[in-house]
Amino acid sequence: MNLAVRDIRHNFGRFAFTTVGIGLLLMLVMGMSGIYRGLIFDATLLVDRIGADLWVVQEDTRGPFAEISRIPANLEDRVRAVPGVALARRFVSHTIQRDQHGKPLRMVVQGLAWPEDKGDWVPLVAGRPLRQAHYEMIADLSLGLSLGEKLALGKDVYQVVGLTRGMVGNSGDGMTFFTVSDAMAIQFNTPGEAMRLERASRQARTENQDIGRTQPLLLERAGGPSNGIPELPQPQVSAILVTLQPGADTDRIMSTLSKWPDITLYTKQQQRDMLIAGPVDRSRRQLGLFRALLLVVSTIIIGLIIYTLTLDKIRDIALLKLIGARNRVIVGLIFQQSLLMGIVGFALAWWLGQYAFPYFPRRVLIETPDMIQLAFTVVLISMLASLLGIWKALNVEPNSVLA
Amino acid sequence: MTDDTQALIPAIEVIELTKVYGEGHTEVVAVKDVTLRVSPGEIVALLGPSGAGKSTLLTAMALINPPTSGRIIIGGEPVMDGDQALVDLRAFRRRHLGFVFQKANLIPFLNAVENVQIALEINDTPARIARQRAMELLDYLGVGNRANNLPEALSGGEQQRVAVARALANKPSLLLADEPTAALDSQRGRQVMELFAKVAHERNAGVIVVTHDSRALDVFDRIVEMEDGRLLPHSTSIERGGEK
Repeated sequence: MNLAVRDIRHNFGRFAFTTVGIGLLLMLVMGMSGIYRGLIFDATLLVDRIGADLWVVQEDTRGPFAEISRIPANLEDRVRAVPGVALARRFVSHTIQRDQHGKPLRMVVQGLAWPEDKGDWVPLVAGRPLRQAHYEMIADLSLGLSLGEKLALGKDVYQVVGLTRGMVGNSGDGMTFFTVSDAMAIQFNTPGEAMRLERASRQARTENQDIGRTQPLLLERAGGPSNGIPELPQPQVSAILVTLQPGADTDRIMSTLSKWPDITLYTKQQQRDMLIAGPVDRSRRQLGLFRALLLVVSTIIIGLIIYTLTLDKIRDIALLKLIGARNRVIVGLIFQQSLLMGIVGFALAWWLGQYAFPYFPRRVLIETPDMIQLAFTVVLISMLASLLGIWKALNVEPNSVLA
Repeated sequence: MTDDTQALIPAIEVIELTKVYGEGHTEVVAVKDVTLRVSPGEIVALLGPSGAGKSTLLTAMALINPPTSGRIIIGGEPVMDGDQALVDLRAFRRRHLGFVFQKANLIPFLNAVENVQIALEINDTPARIARQRAMELLDYLGVGNRANNLPEALSGGEQQRVAVARALANKPSLLLADEPTAALDSQRGRQVMELFAKVAHERNAGVIVVTHDSRALDVFDRIVEMEDGRLLPHSTSIERGGEK
């Protein structure tokens, strides 16, 4: 006869109510773990899907995600010339915030190297990849944009031609995909007034120089558009993405590229590791701490409930001792209740999570190994939680039933 | 050991048992040099005013309140020598003793038959057999029709019968009862006392009942009285239907 189950059946309301509470707590623990996995998934999503074997970024930086990286766009031509390189693409990434229908709209702008990369690798749920060099974009559903919607960014208007799902940056902001030139235009958009002031300033500086006074043509150029001044630097991009030829000698190519003094080179795995160790690391530790605290709280709550349930039936336990019940019968009664509370709470947490987690603002990724680990942890905390009740039960004198 | 020899072995023998609570100025001698012997099949009433030491003596014999000095021998086996247990007391209680109290003390989350069944299961009786035997006992005690009711749904008399069934479950050689009829009306109280006598005589168990209830004393084989922790020198033996 299972005493634990019969006691629970008799006090079902209290057990159920308590277990729901435990279940909600465990759901939070599960959620924390899922948010952490989601953080990693989001952070590494682009690196995993964009199909680059190597990332060429600005010298001594950990760009383009962990920190800002600026390299000349024409570096892609140099990279293409390295034997074994199949493809080199410019890559631009930055986050912007604009007002849309009176609400702030934050998005990660990703530049795709047109025409090699039209975003065919982006998983679309509606629409199509990019088909022209300008004024088209693919947007993540989380941004709330609809297919065909037009969005003014900088001086130009872009039309949403494709919708994707689950493509977010490491801060949880939805991604948008443009051609590199559009992404750069959005990034380096300068208002007309600022441009006029800059030209006037340039002209004034040139007038004060001897060369400006002796070379009237130069003075004229200084007051004109920036692209008419040859000394201006090349357009800058965030990174160059390198795809290697099948069977290429990766070590040799890396060795070649690593000797260039103006760049830093990362493999795909290094880029992933940097993302996890950088932007995600502090959040990971914070979530881990919360998870540990919630587990401690759960243990204490289960422990107190089990202790209270034990006190409620202390006379029954004394009676069991009086009629000769072995300690394992009494320990089993308390331990099984604690375990059942933990297991049912865990199952409830899993079931509730199926409905609740999709509504969380950030991705919650529940993975089987995490569930197994949590299940073992729940068994462990259930064991710990029952100790106080077991201690109380084992110390009760059988003659207290006569009191 | 032959049946004749077994019949000579007392169900319980208490020799010069003393129980002292506290020490120094707070010392109270609850039981003093009590010697008592109860045979198998004998039902004995233990009478006395409040504070006489009846319950203390009973709990000592029940092996849940160790004496300060003296010896307890149950079924010929020395069990206590002073406050030293000579056997595993819990296991001994499980196999040889049955208890009934003023309150039935049924486990509230088990129904009537389960309250009896649990006593059998903790003595390693398989569940199916335990269930069958528990039902037989409830039928024997006239509460078989209430087997599936929780204690809260039973009357006081029915609860006490279930408690008796539980006490008898493992065929104890000694049944100890402490004021078992105190919470019952006189008719129910008498029925319970008659039940104890039936158990003693039909099952050959020694039965000791602590009671204040003088209305059913005729069911006992012997009456012993206590006062100030001592057994009074005279005890009354009763033949069926009269004094002997």
